Amino acid sequence: MTEEIAHVFREQYGRVVAVLVRVFGDIDVAEEAVQDAFTTAVRRWPAEGVPPSPAGWIITTARNRAIDRLRREATRDDRQAHAALLHARDEPVQEGAVPDERLRLIFTCCHPALAPAARVALTLRLLGGLTTAEIAGAFLVPEKTMAQRIVRAKGKIRAARIPYRVPGEADLPDRLQAVLAVLYLVFNEGYTASSGEALVRADLCAEAIRLARVLAGLMPDEPEVLGLLALMLLTESRRDARTGPGGELVLLADQDRSRWDRALIAEGQALVRRCLRRGQPGPYQIQAAINAVHSDAPTAADTDWRQVVALYDQLMAVAPSQVTAVHRAVAVAEVAGPAAGLALVDSLELVGYYLWHAIRADLLRRSGRPEEAAQAYAAALDRTENATEREFLTRRLRACERASPGAREDGG
Amino acid sequence: MTHYLLTIYQPDGEPPAPEILEPIMKNVAAFEEELRAAGAWVFNGGLHPPNTATVVRARGDDVLVTDGPYLEGKEHVGGFTVIQAADLDEALEWGRKAASAITLPVEVRPMTSGSGD
Repeated sequence: MTEEIAHVFREQYGRVVAVLVRVFGDIDVAEEAVQDAFTTAVRRWPAEGVPPSPAGWIITTARNRAIDRLRREATRDDRQAHAALLHARDEPVQEGAVPDERLRLIFTCCHPALAPAARVALTLRLLGGLTTAEIAGAFLVPEKTMAQRIVRAKGKIRAARIPYRVPGEADLPDRLQAVLAVLYLVFNEGYTASSGEALVRADLCAEAIRLARVLAGLMPDEPEVLGLLALMLLTESRRDARTGPGGELVLLADQDRSRWDRALIAEGQALVRRCLRRGQPGPYQIQAAINAVHSDAPTAADTDWRQVVALYDQLMAVAPSQVTAVHRAVAVAEVAGPAAGLALVDSLELVGYYLWHAIRADLLRRSGRPEEAAQAYAAALDRTENATEREFLTRRLRACERASPGAREDGG
Repeated sequence: MTHYLLTIYQPDGEPPAPEILEPIMKNVAAFEEELRAAGAWVFNGGLHPPNTATVVRARGDDVLVTDGPYLEGKEHVGGFTVIQAADLDEALEWGRKAASAITLPVEVRPMTSGSGD
């Protein structure tokens, strides 16, 4: 039973909080009410059984209990309680089907008036149902810091009246971009944890994918939402193959492709095809398409690199960035040789970016310039805290040092 | 309706040349007109330069009076507008219009006054 309730919590938390935010116009009241209702569920469901509509039961219980509590508090001249009660009177909960208000709440959590870190924290907390401690742990921030961040953001939503509303057509593209950026940031933080022991924090990836699925369900006509979901699924499909038996990083070219998750690939590729049919390419769709090309290749040697370069050209046209240019250079190196890739990389000068150094190092190594490659690996090492990546770079650095003409017997 | 304070931040130093300032003032006037026509205008005011400011501090029963602005920086508050809006999105829309008219950064900040519901 505890497991069942935990499952309902996981699946329905965002949905019921969103409905109650709508009812009370206040995030704190909504959260407390939902917490209350789940506590009641833990007490009653084991004896009475899980109700036919768990979400509906939680919403009704949360609403009733919150109203009781607010009435008690409202007698003590509590402005916030009064406001929430007034709001609840004007926002009746529909009987029957549980409404889905999550879209409004996502846009509130990812409002541009909130700092990016606060957007991430609020989204994970309110829509993902993660605790403050879990979010703090995932981002390696002290719990107290994360708690303050969340309290401050909720305070701003209330005081500045950030609305619970899906933006109008004119603002939608920019605002949706902000939502997608939050989900992708959560995914990336999970996929390449910027520091710490594990290369991947799978729970963050899973949560980002879950939220992207929710968003894709709520906005099925937005190709970039589908594109982001596809990009995450295709990236996630390679997660197991990305680390070796000792936990070491395995690059795409060296991965055991039998370990790729075929179901995720099939789903991701189907989404990419759906996007292609719509013909409104955007940065996430194109990145998903690039990943789909890799997923298509039975071996690394079978990769259609010309197609990858063409897609990077398209990506540079819609969303030019130095980081994209670095990745494009890698593809160019596969088509035209490492020297051609190196020329492109050297024209970019992304000195602060660890991947620029790492890619430069690899291209130097493949161009038969081990000494310079070793220097570039060392530079890359100075710029990442991720233990798995560091281990990989160190391994390559040692190999290049051994291959250098001036290498000493003891390997330096 | 909530009241929001739109604060205009202006770089220190001489104001821009008349040929630059003139079209800006025209745009600002048009913005104010739009604000009033929409019923969103509450109050506004431009300020003399910060070197005209005087700071008064309570020191026990006494007050200390000093010349100059409270904060010294590269920028100062050049003027402000108080508006009323239903929510932050509406207030930010006015903020956007103000910033484009004035061509200076505008801070949008909720006030504790307003009808509050």
